[in-house]
Amino acid sequence: MEPCLDIRGLSAVLPNGQRVLRSVSLTVQPGEVRALVGESGAGKTMIGKAVLGVLPKSVRVVEGEMLIEGEDLGRLDAKARRNLIGARTALIPQDPLTALNPSRRIGPQMTDRLVRTLGWSGERADKRIRQLLDEVQIRDPERVRKSYPHELSGGMRQRVLIAAAFAAEPRLIVADEPTTALDVTVQKQILRLIAQLQRDHGTAILFVTHDLGVVAKISQKVSVLYAGKVVEEAETAQLFAAPQHAYTRALIAATPRYTDPYASLKPVDESVLAGLTAEIAAADKDWRPGHG
Amino acid sequence: MDEARIPRRGLSPRLWLAGGWLLLALLAAIFAPLVAPQDPLAQDLMLERLPPFWLDGAEPGYWLGTDSLGRDLLSRLIFGGRIAFIVAFAAAISACFIGSALGLIAGYFGGWADRIISRIVDVWMAFPPVLFAILLVAVLGTGLSSVILAIAIIDWTRFCRVIRAEAMSQARMDYVESARVAGYGRIGIMLREVLPNVLPSVVALLSLEMGIAVIVEAILSFVNLSISTDDPTWGSIIAEGRLSIHQAWWVLVFPLITLILTVLSFSQFGEALKARFDPVLR
Repeated sequence: MEPCLDIRGLSAVLPNGQRVLRSVSLTVQPGEVRALVGESGAGKTMIGKAVLGVLPKSVRVVEGEMLIEGEDLGRLDAKARRNLIGARTALIPQDPLTALNPSRRIGPQMTDRLVRTLGWSGERADKRIRQLLDEVQIRDPERVRKSYPHELSGGMRQRVLIAAAFAAEPRLIVADEPTTALDVTVQKQILRLIAQLQRDHGTAILFVTHDLGVVAKISQKVSVLYAGKVVEEAETAQLFAAPQHAYTRALIAATPRYTDPYASLKPVDESVLAGLTAEIAAADKDWRPGHG
Repeated sequence: MDEARIPRRGLSPRLWLAGGWLLLALLAAIFAPLVAPQDPLAQDLMLERLPPFWLDGAEPGYWLGTDSLGRDLLSRLIFGGRIAFIVAFAAAISACFIGSALGLIAGYFGGWADRIISRIVDVWMAFPPVLFAILLVAVLGTGLSSVILAIAIIDWTRFCRVIRAEAMSQARMDYVESARVAGYGRIGIMLREVLPNVLPSVVALLSLEMGIAVIVEAILSFVNLSISTDDPTWGSIIAEGRLSIHQAWWVLVFPLITLILTVLSFSQFGEALKARFDPVLR
């Protein structure tokens, strides 16, 4: 089966030549949730942004290919690429507080995209939005549609954003730490909601997170990222049962446990990090863009 | 969140006071020929330096007294308001338009556009504004349109700097990124997503700028560089009042009070409007 998202050997550099992504390869099959875990600065968000074509200007992709349903993004001109990304992908952003335009009402903000990117009629878009708001269990959709973002709570806004992401029936959703900015109690509901909608709509998700608990709950496959390099990838169940890489084992060991919170809260071992650094340095030494 | 929506705040007292004064002054200026008790240009040396109405020796019909040529001060202030308001609106709107457009482009697009526009702003602001205005009017020639043009040419940088900074911070917001993912064009995002969020600042600045334009016009007419000397302007009345301060203080004081009230009202009005239009503060 043709993967929904296929990233092959993607490398990106900063203006000073430092690599932020090191030949990253990963695939997301249709209807599958692939988690992307790693600590802060590992480049997880960068991969998501690269796929959606919204990398910061300072980051430059120097090699590799990204295919969305078999179409090579690199071979399309800017406009065609934007249209393809707009029609087939969606983003569930990290911070629901800044992800909605504060000066526009929720309803038009949500329908706008359907009308302008997909060319739907206003009526059809309206109907669709109502249906989605219902699916994300918003009790009073009429009021929410007429509200401004600041009139809604964080959890409510995240529901709106999830509804907006699924509304256009994208093939792939990039969820960029969608629960990080929320209350712990709300996190769980939101996570359950994403999982529910993912199953119902059969959407593939690239789920960026640093929380292994979230990984275990939502994903079928995992890629573990360290310093822009995929150090391990596996089925989720297998990764937790038998982690292969020392870093993965250390990450799992660092997850706090309710039974013994203080003893289990330990940082990743120095020796593991030293090994990783050596591994990356060795790979960097021979690396030239295009031959990596 | 199921609580009732936050109730809308009513009009604040400062919006009432500032708006009230501006409306009063504006209406007086528009209907000057009907409102003014006397002809502002009629001289009568028999009536020179009459004091305002509550002092001894005041004449009925000359409420705020007369100047050294016997012209009615109140009528001159009312007619002077016409020029003040024309300059305020025309100059501030032109400066706002140029400055906001360039600021939005610089802030949203960044990169080369930002570098070029910001350098121009830096160079522009290196000139002291009032000297720059005097220079410009000297080159353009005196007259209403050159005063307006001079103020617009000088003060667009005010809008440009503020709107650039606002657009920059808005451009970094996730909603702009979401709009890009959704496939909207750059110019579309700038106008539809970013512009509405910088509008409250534009409105506040516009009102503030009107006050500034009133001052600059007064300064220019004070140094006799505004419009023809026949027409009364607040600046020229102040200049005349300064000469006779020891004989007739009112000729200096009343136009000063008018000027200060107007400028203050413009800035307060702008602040109040901003608070009202900002969706987050509302």
